[in-house]
Amino acid sequence: MMSSVDRGGAWHPIVELTLARLREFVREPEALFWTFVFPIVMAVVMALAFPSRGGQAVPVGISGAGDTSALRAALAGAPGLAVRDVPPGGEQRALREGEVHVIVVPGNPPIYQFDAARAESHTARLAVDDALKRAAGRVDPWTAHEQPIDVPGSRYVDWLIPGLVAMGIMSNGMWGVAFSLVQARTRKLLKRMVASPMRKYEYLLAQLLARLLFLAPEVAVPLGFGALALGMPIEGSIAAIAAVTLVGSVAFGAFGLLLATRARTFEAVSGLMNMAMLPMWLLSGVFFSSANFPASVQPAIQALPLTALVDALRAVVLEGATLAAVHRELLVLACWTVVPFALALRLFRWR
Amino acid sequence: MCELAVRCEGLVRRYGNVVAVDGLSLHVARGECFGLLGPNGAGKTTTIEILEGLLVPDAGHVEIFGLTWKSDERELRGRLGIHLQETQLSEKLTVEEMLRLFRSFYRRGRPIGELLEIVALEGKRGSRVGALSGGQKQRLSVACALAGSPDLLFLDEPSTGLDPQSRRQLWDVLERFRGDGGTILLTTHYMDEAQTLCDRVGVVDHGKLIALGSPGELIAALAIPRMVVQQGTLEDVFMSLTGRHLRDE
Repeated sequence: MMSSVDRGGAWHPIVELTLARLREFVREPEALFWTFVFPIVMAVVMALAFPSRGGQAVPVGISGAGDTSALRAALAGAPGLAVRDVPPGGEQRALREGEVHVIVVPGNPPIYQFDAARAESHTARLAVDDALKRAAGRVDPWTAHEQPIDVPGSRYVDWLIPGLVAMGIMSNGMWGVAFSLVQARTRKLLKRMVASPMRKYEYLLAQLLARLLFLAPEVAVPLGFGALALGMPIEGSIAAIAAVTLVGSVAFGAFGLLLATRARTFEAVSGLMNMAMLPMWLLSGVFFSSANFPASVQPAIQALPLTALVDALRAVVLEGATLAAVHRELLVLACWTVVPFALALRLFRWR
Repeated sequence: MCELAVRCEGLVRRYGNVVAVDGLSLHVARGECFGLLGPNGAGKTTTIEILEGLLVPDAGHVEIFGLTWKSDERELRGRLGIHLQETQLSEKLTVEEMLRLFRSFYRRGRPIGELLEIVALEGKRGSRVGALSGGQKQRLSVACALAGSPDLLFLDEPSTGLDPQSRRQLWDVLERFRGDGGTILLTTHYMDEAQTLCDRVGVVDHGKLIALGSPGELIAALAIPRMVVQQGTLEDVFMSLTGRHLRDE
C-alpha cells in the first residue's frame, strides 16, 4: 500500500524480531548447554545403562542359612548368570533396587523370590530355573540353534536416540518460547512493543521462526553422536529428517506459545508446562513403547504431539520411511500447530 | 486539518470499586509540551495509557490528531512515540540491536545512527543494554520512542531515578524534538522539570483535573503573602493544591 518503506537500515520486523530472539538465546550459556550438551550426556548414560542385549550377566541372589555350595555350583555352571549373596532380611531391598533380579532360597524344592511385574525379573527366574533343573539332571529333548541379533538399528539405544531427539525438540520448543514470552511480559517489553506499529502476529511468528533456526544443531548433534559414536544407522534421507523435525518443532513452539498466553510469572508457566509435558514423557514412547498401554487409551496417546513426532522420527531414521509413509503423524503435528497458534493470537496477554 | 494533537472528553476508568480516572477532559495543541502532574495514584498513568490506546476507558472519548483508536489504530501507532514507565529493554541485546528492532517496526523515520546521536549514545552502540546506567537506559528508551519520527511523544515519568546530568541531557533531547515541531505529553513528579519543559501543565488528583494553565499562570494565581517578597515555584502551587499528606500506592 505504501510505495516506499524506509526502515532506516533495519530489516523487516519479522527478521529483526527473529534475530533478537536468536541473539538473546546464544548469549545465554545455560540455554546452549541444555540444548546441545544435555542430549549427548543423556545418550551416553543410556548407552551405559542399557548395553546391547546379551552383553550383561543376569544378577542372581542367594539367600538363606545352611549349605549353599551345591546351589552355588549349579548356578556357576550356567552361562550368563552372576551370583551374589544377599544378607538375610535384605531380600526385598535387593530386588527393589535391581541389585539382583531373582533370589534363590536353598531347599528342596528351592524358593524363587522375584518381582513378577518386572520383565527382567521374570527372565532371570526362567534362567535360574533352567540352570538348576539342568544341574539336577534334566535332559532336554533337543537344543535349538540360536541366532542372536545384535546389529546396529535393532538395539535399545538405537530406538532410544530418536525418542530423545524428539523429547529435546519438545522441551526446548516449549521452554524456549514460553520463558522468553513470560520474561518479555514481566519486563513490560511486550506492552511497549504493542504500543508501536509492530503487528502482533509478527512477534508470535518470530518466536516460532527463531525456534527453527536452533533446530538444525539441536537435531544434528545428538543424531550425529548416535551415528558416529554408537553406530546407530540413519536409514532415512536428511531431507525427510529435516522435514519431520521442522514440523515437530513448530508444533511444540506453538504449544509453548499457547501455554504462555496468559501467564504472568515463571512459576505459573512452569506449572503449566510440567502439566502438559509429564503425560507425554510417560505415554508417548520415548523410553518404552507406548504399545504397553491398553488399547482403550491408544487413540488419545496417538493424538499427542510427542507420540506423533517420536513415531515419525523413528520411522524415518531407523526404517528409512518416506514423508508419505508418516503423513498421519505429520497431520497430527500440523493440527497441534494451527490450533494453538490461532488460540494464542486470540488469547494472548500483551500487558 | 485538526489543530489539536490530543483531545479527550469525560474519560472514566474504574478498577473494581476504585475510580482511577473520573471524568477527565484534556486538550493538547500541536507543537505544545503538556505536563500532567499529580501525586502517586492520582490517575496519571491510567490517563496517559488511555490516550496511548493501551487501555480502553469505561466512558469518554479520545481523539489523537482527529483520529480515534477504534478506527485508526494502525495509522496512529505509526505517528506516536511512547515511553512507558516500567518497560525494561532486553538486557542481552546491544544498544544498536535494540534500537534497530524498534526502528524496524516503523515505515518512516531517521536512520539508526542519527537516533543514537540524538540521545548521545553513539559511544555505547555496541554495549549490552544490561550494562547501561539508569540514565542511558532511559535515553535508549526515548530513542526507541523517537524511532518512527513521531508527531506526538508520550512520556510517562521519563526522568524518574535519573541524576541531574542525565535529566538535563534528556531535556535537551526533548527540546530538540519540540524544535522540530513535535508535540509532547509527559507525566512527572518533578516540578522544576514541568516548569522548564512545559508550556502548560494540568494537575490531576483523584482522577480529576484540578488545575490547568501555564506554569507562570498557576504560580501567579497562588496568592500567598510571602510570594510578594519572593516569586513562588510550581512546587508551591502543587503542594497547595494536593496537600502535604503522603500518597503511597
